[in-house]
Amino acid sequence: MWGIVRRRFISNLRTQIQSVVYASGFYSSSAKQMTVRDALNSALDEEMAADPTVFLMGEEVGEYQGAYKITRGLLDKYGPDRVLDTPITEAGFTGIAVGAAYHGLKPVVEFMTINFAMQAIDHIINSAAKSNYMSASQISVPIVFRGPNGAAAGVGAQHSQCYAPWYGSCPGLKVLVPYSSEDARGLLKAAIRDPDPVVFLENELLYGESFPVSAAVLDSSFCLPIGKAKTEREGKDVTITAFSKMVGLALEAAEILEKDGISAEVINLRSIRPLDRAAINTSVRKTNRLVTVEEGFPQHGVGAEICTSVIEDSFEYLDATIERIAGADVCMPYAANLERMAVPQVEDIVRAAKRTCYISV
Amino acid sequence: MALTRRSCNLLKPLTTPISYIPSIHRPFSTDDAKITVETSVPFIGHKCEPPPRTIETTPKELMTFFRDMAKMRRMEIAADSLYKSKLIRGFCHLYDGQEAVAVGMEAAITKKDCIITAYRDHCIFLGRGGTLLEAFAELMGRKDGCSKGKGGSMHFYKKEAGFYGGHGIVGAQVPLGCGLAFAQKYSKEEHVSFAMYGDGAANQGQLFEALNMAALWDLPAIFVCENNHYGMGTAEWRAAKSPAYYKRGDYVPGLKVDGMDVFAVKQACKYAKEHALKNGPIILEMDTYRYHGHSMSDPGSTYRTRDEISGVRQERDPIERIRKLIVSHELATEKELKDIEKEMRKEVDEAIKQAKESPMPDPSELFTNVYAKGFGVEAYGADRKEVKAVLP
Repeated sequence: MWGIVRRRFISNLRTQIQSVVYASGFYSSSAKQMTVRDALNSALDEEMAADPTVFLMGEEVGEYQGAYKITRGLLDKYGPDRVLDTPITEAGFTGIAVGAAYHGLKPVVEFMTINFAMQAIDHIINSAAKSNYMSASQISVPIVFRGPNGAAAGVGAQHSQCYAPWYGSCPGLKVLVPYSSEDARGLLKAAIRDPDPVVFLENELLYGESFPVSAAVLDSSFCLPIGKAKTEREGKDVTITAFSKMVGLALEAAEILEKDGISAEVINLRSIRPLDRAAINTSVRKTNRLVTVEEGFPQHGVGAEICTSVIEDSFEYLDATIERIAGADVCMPYAANLERMAVPQVEDIVRAAKRTCYISV
Repeated sequence: MALTRRSCNLLKPLTTPISYIPSIHRPFSTDDAKITVETSVPFIGHKCEPPPRTIETTPKELMTFFRDMAKMRRMEIAADSLYKSKLIRGFCHLYDGQEAVAVGMEAAITKKDCIITAYRDHCIFLGRGGTLLEAFAELMGRKDGCSKGKGGSMHFYKKEAGFYGGHGIVGAQVPLGCGLAFAQKYSKEEHVSFAMYGDGAANQGQLFEALNMAALWDLPAIFVCENNHYGMGTAEWRAAKSPAYYKRGDYVPGLKVDGMDVFAVKQACKYAKEHALKNGPIILEMDTYRYHGHSMSDPGSTYRTRDEISGVRQERDPIERIRKLIVSHELATEKELKDIEKEMRKEVDEAIKQAKESPMPDPSELFTNVYAKGFGVEAYGADRKEVKAVLP
């Protein structure tokens, strides 16, 4: 299936429009554009309208309209009983939200960045993720923990970590990583409707990006399945897996590789836990080469898990060693040139893909 | 508070006893005749008017209190033996000595009110309607346990009776309890939540975070500090700059309660429930004591003297207090009360026998309940090529 991407290039003389076939219907070349921010906002709005037990909690989500304006307008629409501004006490309000979920409500907890969720991580793991198991299903926890994850721009070491590997290793959690507006809408709706704790990792730099959305995506019943990756671009020479912001870079890399005669297949993971091993392995069995891309620290990262999964399930199909592109193994520096070196760039992905094809770089 | 030793002959029953004359002895009274009792000591309030120490009760209630506390006491002592014979593994935190808190609280509330506590949860579970079989089977890791053997001692739950566990992380249960209260208020229920914690947990930061939000949002949350004076091996004066836990809420009112007196506990919880429904959170400090160590790995005598433990047992034991009341009001004889205790012992032994016959969980249960909704995802055992399952 072809992925659909309409990107705005800053200094581009041409735009490329790729045709799209959705399982659900046809694609109109004049599809509506929607930012990821609006996608998240509309998803929250619709789910709150549909289910009165859904409520929002977090710092500045109400009167400030959201630190990143994701919750804009929701306080006015649903009132202070359902959109709660909290004090700056992550451990306390996360615990309160989990307790509310124990008693049948459906909280959506916003962390201003997922870095601050570390203050509440005991509640995410021990109070939320493990409760269904420890209670043999007496206590299920239908909660969503969401917020911007990973690097932003120039925010330094304490505000730039990617937590996908940490949460992705915990049984009992579901971990989702949207890229496009369609992902944001469909996955957030699925997360809110899901009866288990979901960690929903957004990306600050994606909030303002626009993507085309079809009528089906805009429908209030739209939902994406949890645990299924999406092939954004089909190819036959090398598989590139990525999630969140890195999907955009992988697609750019694929464009560049195309010109050099390498057809790259780009997989948007969408879900870190459950990980769509079937989709990844099916793709690698077709292309025989793999480059994993992630923004976070390399050691014990998402790429490490994907690499091992492919070796376990598709070893004989590999024609080259698996390449792993990740953030640098250092704290995020502030200086712009160092920061650029600490995060994967398009050239890194291109270079790694060429290596798997034994093409000299 | 100092636990001073007073000699036995200074110990007075709460009302003047009538000497026992067989000819006017009544059989067990289950009627609802009113009996007035006084709590052992008056309540001390912080930013609130304490409730009166005079309480009305009935013979039926007195007998129920005795029976329930005797059952809890017996259960915990039996758990001690089971642990020593290695049928219970891991952690086992016993509640004997503190029974009055569990029983008094239940008497003041309904099953629609919620209780959440830490790991010393066996008796709270029983008070909420859990059975001895469910408790012992869970302790021994069998499938008839309340958590199907997958939780263990620290993870008993009974959601339909408003019991939300059973938590192993010290202090975490307090914000969770405020969350229960939040949900009750959100859904416009006229019920309250009791978040129980110990003197050790009372210093946790998240407790104060939750207290602030509970007060800000007027949540019907009642903070119950079961102050047994020791956080594991650390006495309260070594852990807290201010061990007046009922005052630690500052802007939140508090009440200091004799936690060994089941009537004081009942009165305080009744008062707290009325308060919380109208005015938001309140703190109850239950002055109580545990006879066992922190857990079965702790003898409990390296940081406190045996004299102290036996002193409390002699002077403040909650079951003895009720026994004296019952006998002095001629609701039952000493022998009849001993018979009840024997009956409880029999019930406990029977439950243990049944629990021992309960099988361990089926190996397939390793992979159940990971998610409420698993989407058919795969999960793996230690050797993923050998053990694999699909999560339902």
